[in-house]
Amino acid sequence: MHERLLDVRGLRTHFPIVSKILRRRIGSVRAVDGVDLSLGAGDVLGVVGESGSGKTTTGKTILKLIEPTEGSIVFEGRDITRLPAREMIPLRRRMQIIFQDPMSSLNPRMTVGRILAAPFEIHGIARGSKCRDRVAELLRLVGLPAEAAQRYPHEFSGGQRQRVGIARALALRPRLIIGDEPVSALDVSIQAQIMNLLMRLQRELGLTYILISHNLGVVSHVCNRVAVMYLGRIVETAPREALFFDPKHPYTEALLAAVPSAEPGSHRGRAVLGGDAPSPANPPRGCAFHPRCPRAMPRCAEEAPTLTNLTGGHQVACHLYTA
Amino acid sequence: MSAAVLQRAGVARRFSRHRLALFGGATVVLLCLSAFVAPAIAPRDPLLLDTSVRFLAPFARWPFILGTDELGRDTLSRLLYGGRISLTVGLVAMATTIVTGSLIGLCAGYFGGWTDTLLMRFIDTMLCFPQVFLLLVVAAFVPPTLISISLIIGLTSWMTVARIVRTEILHLREQDFVQAARALGASSGRIMFHELLPNIAAPLLVAATLNVAAAVLMESYISYLGYGMQPPLASWGNMLTNAQDYFDTVPWLAILPGVMITLTVMGFNFLGDGLRDALDPRLRMEP
Amino acid sequence: MLTYIGRRILQAIPLLIGVSIIGFGLMHLAPGGPLAVYTLNPTITNQDIERIRVVFGLDQPVYIQYLKWAAGMFTGNWGFTFFGGRPVLDLIVERMPATFLLMGSALSLAIVLGVTVGLLGAVRRYSVFDYLASTGAMVALSFPTFWFGLMAIYFFAVHLRWLPSGGMFELGEKGSPLDLLRHLVLPVMVLSLVITAGWSRYARSSFLEVMHQDYMRTAKAKGLRAGQRLLRHAAPNAAKPLIALLGVELPVLFSGALVTETIFGWPGMGRLFVDALNMREYPILMGIVMVTAFFVIAGNLLADIAIALIDPRVRLA
Repeated sequence: MHERLLDVRGLRTHFPIVSKILRRRIGSVRAVDGVDLSLGAGDVLGVVGESGSGKTTTGKTILKLIEPTEGSIVFEGRDITRLPAREMIPLRRRMQIIFQDPMSSLNPRMTVGRILAAPFEIHGIARGSKCRDRVAELLRLVGLPAEAAQRYPHEFSGGQRQRVGIARALALRPRLIIGDEPVSALDVSIQAQIMNLLMRLQRELGLTYILISHNLGVVSHVCNRVAVMYLGRIVETAPREALFFDPKHPYTEALLAAVPSAEPGSHRGRAVLGGDAPSPANPPRGCAFHPRCPRAMPRCAEEAPTLTNLTGGHQVACHLYTA
Repeated sequence: MSAAVLQRAGVARRFSRHRLALFGGATVVLLCLSAFVAPAIAPRDPLLLDTSVRFLAPFARWPFILGTDELGRDTLSRLLYGGRISLTVGLVAMATTIVTGSLIGLCAGYFGGWTDTLLMRFIDTMLCFPQVFLLLVVAAFVPPTLISISLIIGLTSWMTVARIVRTEILHLREQDFVQAARALGASSGRIMFHELLPNIAAPLLVAATLNVAAAVLMESYISYLGYGMQPPLASWGNMLTNAQDYFDTVPWLAILPGVMITLTVMGFNFLGDGLRDALDPRLRMEP
Repeated sequence: MLTYIGRRILQAIPLLIGVSIIGFGLMHLAPGGPLAVYTLNPTITNQDIERIRVVFGLDQPVYIQYLKWAAGMFTGNWGFTFFGGRPVLDLIVERMPATFLLMGSALSLAIVLGVTVGLLGAVRRYSVFDYLASTGAMVALSFPTFWFGLMAIYFFAVHLRWLPSGGMFELGEKGSPLDLLRHLVLPVMVLSLVITAGWSRYARSSFLEVMHQDYMRTAKAKGLRAGQRLLRHAAPNAAKPLIALLGVELPVLFSGALVTETIFGWPGMGRLFVDALNMREYPILMGIVMVTAFFVIAGNLLADIAIALIDPRVRLA
């Protein structure tokens, strides 16, 4: 039986919009607007959505890199929602993040060796030759040569730099790793390499992942569970097969229809969404998706649907399925 | 060759194309050397008075290569020792400016919010005072030693450095590697000094070089006006204080120290400009 | 537009307050206190010093002194000189015209020359003129102003005897414009040197940046001649950073004016400052420091308003 590694309830992250003169709060950007997540050890959860859906903010909020506005985050049975920064520091060893952009995620003025030694220095785990050994081991783990430690980030390709980022995330042997679009900035051929590396590491080290991506194709192979986000909320979450072969939410259907298929003949119905992408500062009333939904009902404009449980661990927030 | 070596070679090549910068660099090296070995190469003690040899013209009599002043002191020796003083003041003042400016800029840029607003207002306020006025008022209170003068020059020049640092930090703060450091649990101090500071080394170096030039100039101003280095200790500035009176008879007393100041300031300015071009082609202002 | 001006004025007020606090603090940090000229004088008894203290209101707590002084500044009561008891404000106002004449002339000359040289350098980039101008500017920026002044005096006044070596008027002559002009030439030349050098560099880079913008190429494609393009399209956009520079250079101009007035014996605020310094006349020093800071703030404000007039984007920010 899996123990629950992470339990997120009703998470909201709102960013205030302030007027220029007197710094009054005149509104907020509701980047994350009510998210429930649950992870067991060893799970690989995919979080998909468009830009502006709040998926990156959700990931960073879970890690407390951004302060949550409301809700609760329980990690390893401990409520960390309001934990002050200082007390978070030892916990950070157990939850890490891989960033999207391999260019800006590594300090250009530090050698790879120093970048990878930083975690050990910060937590006082090792120094000197012991530290160097650890760094060498990390490099080996991600498939980079030991000499890489002497080089600077700009001497490497995007894929190699991302490997360094992965190595850095692994340094403290975390239990949970959040990958924020870990392969989006890489060439397609390299994407597969890095995803394979991530999966190998997951098996070898028993890691738990949350993989954030706008690309359904990327998550389809590696995740055992997928959550679909729209405008700060989760609209559907299900085990992988269930989501791909039996999507419930109209938005999920549209996303799936847009994925290029390897078999040219098999067409899913082309569900083209109308309307413009809405703004998280001014979300529509009721169901956030209703202005663009091909199956919207009058009720959708009034009332926001909550996640309803269907069979087999499948949840959907849509009035088509609300009782 | 690794890419890093090639990149450094590129920097060196651009620098050497900038001949003025080379000239500046050579001048700076020469001046620093001569200041360093002044006690060894000065023909006479710069404080030694000998009214029997006053007002000698340059090359008139050995060993007074550059002549003597109104009290019979050897001009060349005074120039050399004056150089020591002026350069030392320049370097100490620069160090003060860089340290103060970096600290304030780092804090303002990294912490943002009210810290930033307050510090920026403070910088703006300090910038309202013309530097010479501020310097003179403080110099009038403080006993004029080498250290005190260097410190007050440094403490009235840090504002531009702070602004430069702050702008750079504001930009760098958004980079993922800073977030990564926070995710690893790094303290603010570690992020500021370990992660951010190395990334602003280049503009700091440029600012430091140009700042030495400005500091040497400032020292000459206040010494000329009598509030800097006090006679009989020679500084290029105070050597000019009484020169006006002797224009008719011994004009070189007024020309030579000024030439030295100009050469020094020019050297550092050219060097700083060349460094700026070499390290960041975006900032080019000169052909 | 008016709201923009109002906002900028509101932003300037805390600046004024900050400046006054720093200035006041400076004065009181002096060893020997503001009465240093007395306390350091061995012949004056402690009782006398106490009496003088009370007269000058220095026995009260610091913040009260500050408030009284600030109120005084506002109402025009800037205190009296230690020697002679003349009202400080009158003394300073007396000297202001001379300084502003000097600064104004130097600034005008510097702007005209600097912008012209910079513009020519930008238009004829990498030409011999450009190299000479740029290098010349760098060299000029390295001259100590006072030394340049000394050299100028030596050359033009002592050696060639073309121009007077100092002062504002010849003693005895009642102040004819020609005489004033003769006395003005050298100080203006000296003061404007450094400013011109800095301006020419900025003007050059500003024009270069503007000239390579796409809208300039569009103007050329439309068939506008070079002169028209320069005047209607390049100039307003290039002028923006230059006007901003004006605000920033103002303190430098004041500093230069102080030094120039000292060399040439020009009877302005700078000279007054140095003389007051020698006598440790703090009321005068404070008054001048506040005046210069005030004019710097006002100058920056005017520059910002000018920019807002030229560039509508600024007003809406």
